[in-house]
Amino acid sequence: MAPSPAGPTWRERLADNDLLASFLASPLTVAAGIVTLSALAAALGAPVLAPFDPYNPATNFLADSLTPPRFADGGDPRFLLGTDDQGRDMFSAILFGLRLSLAIGAGGVALAAALGVTLGLIAGYAGGWTDALLMRIADVQLTFPAILIALLLDGVAHAVLKASHAQGSAFGVLVLAIGLSFWVQYARTVRAATRVEKNRDYVQAARLIGLGPLRILARHILPNVLGPVLVLATVNLALAILTEATLSFLGVGLPPTEPSLGALVRIGQNFLFSGEWWIVTFPSATLATLILAVNILGDWLRVALNPRLK
Amino acid sequence: MSASPPYLQVEGLRRDFDLSRAALLRALTGEPRRILRAVDGVDFAIPRGETFGLVGESGSGKSTLAKMIVGLLPPSAGRTLIDGLDLAAPPSTAARRALRRRIQMVFQDPYASLNPRWRVGAIIAEPIGAFQLRAGRAAIAARVRELLELVGLSAADARKYPHEFSGGQRQRIAIARALASEAEFLVCDEPTSALDVSIQAQILNLLRDLQARLGITYLLITHNLAVVRFLSTRIGVMYLGRLVEIADGEALFAAPRHPYSRMLLDATPDLAMTGRGRLRIGGEPPNPLAPPAGCGFHPRCPRAQPRCRIEAPALRNGVACHDPLGAGDSVGAAR
Amino acid sequence: MTGPLLEVRDLVVDFQTRRGKLRALDGVSFSLARGETLGMVGESGAGKSLAGSAIVGLVDPPGRIAGGEIRLDGERIDRLSEAQMRAVRGRRIGIVFQDPLTSLDPLMRVGDQLVETLRAHLGLSPARARERAIAWLAEVGVAAAEQRIDSYPHEFSGGMRQRVVIALALCAEPELVIADEPTTALDVSVQAQIVDLLKTLSRRHGAAVLLITHDMGVIAEAADRVAVMYAGRIVEIGPVRDIVQAPRHPYARGLMAAIPSLHARPDRLAQMPGAMPRLSALPAGCAFAPRCPDVLGRCATERPGLELSGERGIACWRESSR
Repeated sequence: MAPSPAGPTWRERLADNDLLASFLASPLTVAAGIVTLSALAAALGAPVLAPFDPYNPATNFLADSLTPPRFADGGDPRFLLGTDDQGRDMFSAILFGLRLSLAIGAGGVALAAALGVTLGLIAGYAGGWTDALLMRIADVQLTFPAILIALLLDGVAHAVLKASHAQGSAFGVLVLAIGLSFWVQYARTVRAATRVEKNRDYVQAARLIGLGPLRILARHILPNVLGPVLVLATVNLALAILTEATLSFLGVGLPPTEPSLGALVRIGQNFLFSGEWWIVTFPSATLATLILAVNILGDWLRVALNPRLK
Repeated sequence: MSASPPYLQVEGLRRDFDLSRAALLRALTGEPRRILRAVDGVDFAIPRGETFGLVGESGSGKSTLAKMIVGLLPPSAGRTLIDGLDLAAPPSTAARRALRRRIQMVFQDPYASLNPRWRVGAIIAEPIGAFQLRAGRAAIAARVRELLELVGLSAADARKYPHEFSGGQRQRIAIARALASEAEFLVCDEPTSALDVSIQAQILNLLRDLQARLGITYLLITHNLAVVRFLSTRIGVMYLGRLVEIADGEALFAAPRHPYSRMLLDATPDLAMTGRGRLRIGGEPPNPLAPPAGCGFHPRCPRAQPRCRIEAPALRNGVACHDPLGAGDSVGAAR
Repeated sequence: MTGPLLEVRDLVVDFQTRRGKLRALDGVSFSLARGETLGMVGESGAGKSLAGSAIVGLVDPPGRIAGGEIRLDGERIDRLSEAQMRAVRGRRIGIVFQDPLTSLDPLMRVGDQLVETLRAHLGLSPARARERAIAWLAEVGVAAAEQRIDSYPHEFSGGMRQRVVIALALCAEPELVIADEPTTALDVSVQAQIVDLLKTLSRRHGAAVLLITHDMGVIAEAADRVAVMYAGRIVEIGPVRDIVQAPRHPYARGLMAAIPSLHARPDRLAQMPGAMPRLSALPAGCAFAPRCPDVLGRCATERPGLELSGERGIACWRESSR
């Protein structure tokens, strides 16, 4: 099909798009996409969708705590998935917890990407001592696992901020911890890609117009190195959510009145063998499904964006 | 040749690349420094509005020389004067800017010289904005349309991306971009080597037409003798970083004086099928990291004399040879 | 032994893509006599490399041979299994590719690659194979062959590597050598040597050569006959001297006229308007019609077949007797 003389319309571009075609070609990927989008919708719409507010201790049904899910024996029609030991409606808690998990995960990844891409661009373009220094910093960074960083930041936050503020800082601590642990991969990937792009003729042409390195990096090189970053970010998102869950599970970070999915799992774990299975099962299932979906998407993106695998 | 001062003057350009390993490693292993002398003292001049062709094979240093002239690579020694001004030592930042605008480059690979993520219109508009040659989006867009039509494309192509075009069309876009800064001097580095013959003819004709219309001066870098013959008024032959011969196109092809020029000519296939048969140049282009002593060509030269092994000949009367060919000389059997 | 060594009749190669079926080779027919060098010349996308790949069964999916016959010494080779094809490649058909860097295994010594081929196809003992390998290296002009045989490909220069590739292609004594752009990646002075080598060796060992290139100069030097390809079809075929000096097909004429000459400096090069159509947008009738200066009415609707008269063949309504 010959493109129209005025250039293809956006409709034609969409129909012709390899990315879209490869997405639609795999039912698994489409399913993963639907799941992720649903999770996003649920998280965004939590205040509207949730029948109760699980974060307000005043509205919790202490009297109705440990009620089984609606469809099980002894269930209460008000609580679709039962309640936990604090009397929180599980369904609402999961919706809000999803919100927290996604927000922290996305926030952490965004921070890691921003930091990593910037440092990678600078290291790749400048070369020499700057490059060596940044890469050594990256190496050192890699020796600290996320958990250690989170504990450190948490401790610092508690010591420095007043008690009331310390509670609210949990979100920030988690985002910072995740961001600081993950930026190195972005930096390395972008650095490698920058080193390749730097020598290409279109960059030389930009230099010939007298553009400074900053403009060249931002306007010419950045768009061309973002491909792998996108893939990394998607895969990282799953890991970030899991990391946040782990941290919350370990008790670092979010306060017990505002549980994320991970915190819910921690709480529920205590009750698993005494018969109240629903407190741990539903949050875990949600977490697992979400992470799986995001991973599948990341995998698809990696294959789709890699010209060599075509 | 015109009597006015030349537009481009290259004086003693030299470029070394330090390929030694890290100082620490060298100290441990006792290795000497490894310096690659890519360009070894080149002088020539180009009058305004003419085309100078630089011919050479791999390792000749022609691409490195081009990059130095255009300002992408700082020379290790020597300087380039464009209309009397030195790009490396301009009187002011504004003067440097102004000089930058006048020199542009057309690169070899049409698939790598355009940013794949930018639309063609933006690619061509960038120099216009950078040098503030037009004010306002409408004026810039109009100029982009003008340039596209100048190189034989249509105004509607501005909305497309580079990958939607063929190699020849991309090269036209690259030429349009080079002209967008209203450059007077274009360095064309193998502009048609990646193109098919019939497309090459179109691009070469375009370059010739643009020169006639706009009075642009060209420095053409190529390994293809026929292409250089078509476009150039004067030609320089490079070997191992040095100019071994400079002559007017006519003269060089009718009676080359340096044995390498002669053999290069003879090695080019003969489509007129006069049954000439090529004279083979023995050996291969040498490794610039370990150049032969004296005249760089002597290991492959059938006319080599003892003097050639010791003393590198200087460029005299347009040829750098201790025993240049006369009009009727034959080169002798190749090794 | 009568009959041509290689006979290709009505070869059709299709590519199945999301946007539909693309016909990359559309009824290509030619033959190659023993010991002859046939050049296939054309611009990028004309299908010349694809024709070479089809002959040795190296067309990768989504491409496939969709029609026609390929006969080597009378036997069909286009329907063989991969295992059978492997026996043919190397032993009966040698291949020289464009980029010597990727056609030699960088992790194997040059001698080992030669020995492997010799033992696989000729069944020689390791000692005899090594002797033969050294002899081949010397024959292709590698100095100090006995020492160089144990070098790795990266230790050779470009021209030397291509010589090794030629040795590799010829060492199993094939009847046919397919050389796909053998000189394109090399310097001019080295090109001349390699073309020479190919000519000399093929003559000496009695191998026919299918020389695929976009470089008319190489064809003029090395080929006996030449086929000019355009958009997946052969538009003209005949003895090299005739085609180069007096081409009859408008495309072949345009192509020859577009090549700049060493001997003259015209004001303009003769150029053909437009470009070769993409496979997804092939015109009905003659593929060259939209660009042809001598186009007739029927060119737009009917596709001319390759008509042979004596040694020459041409696919053009103007030159047709029908």
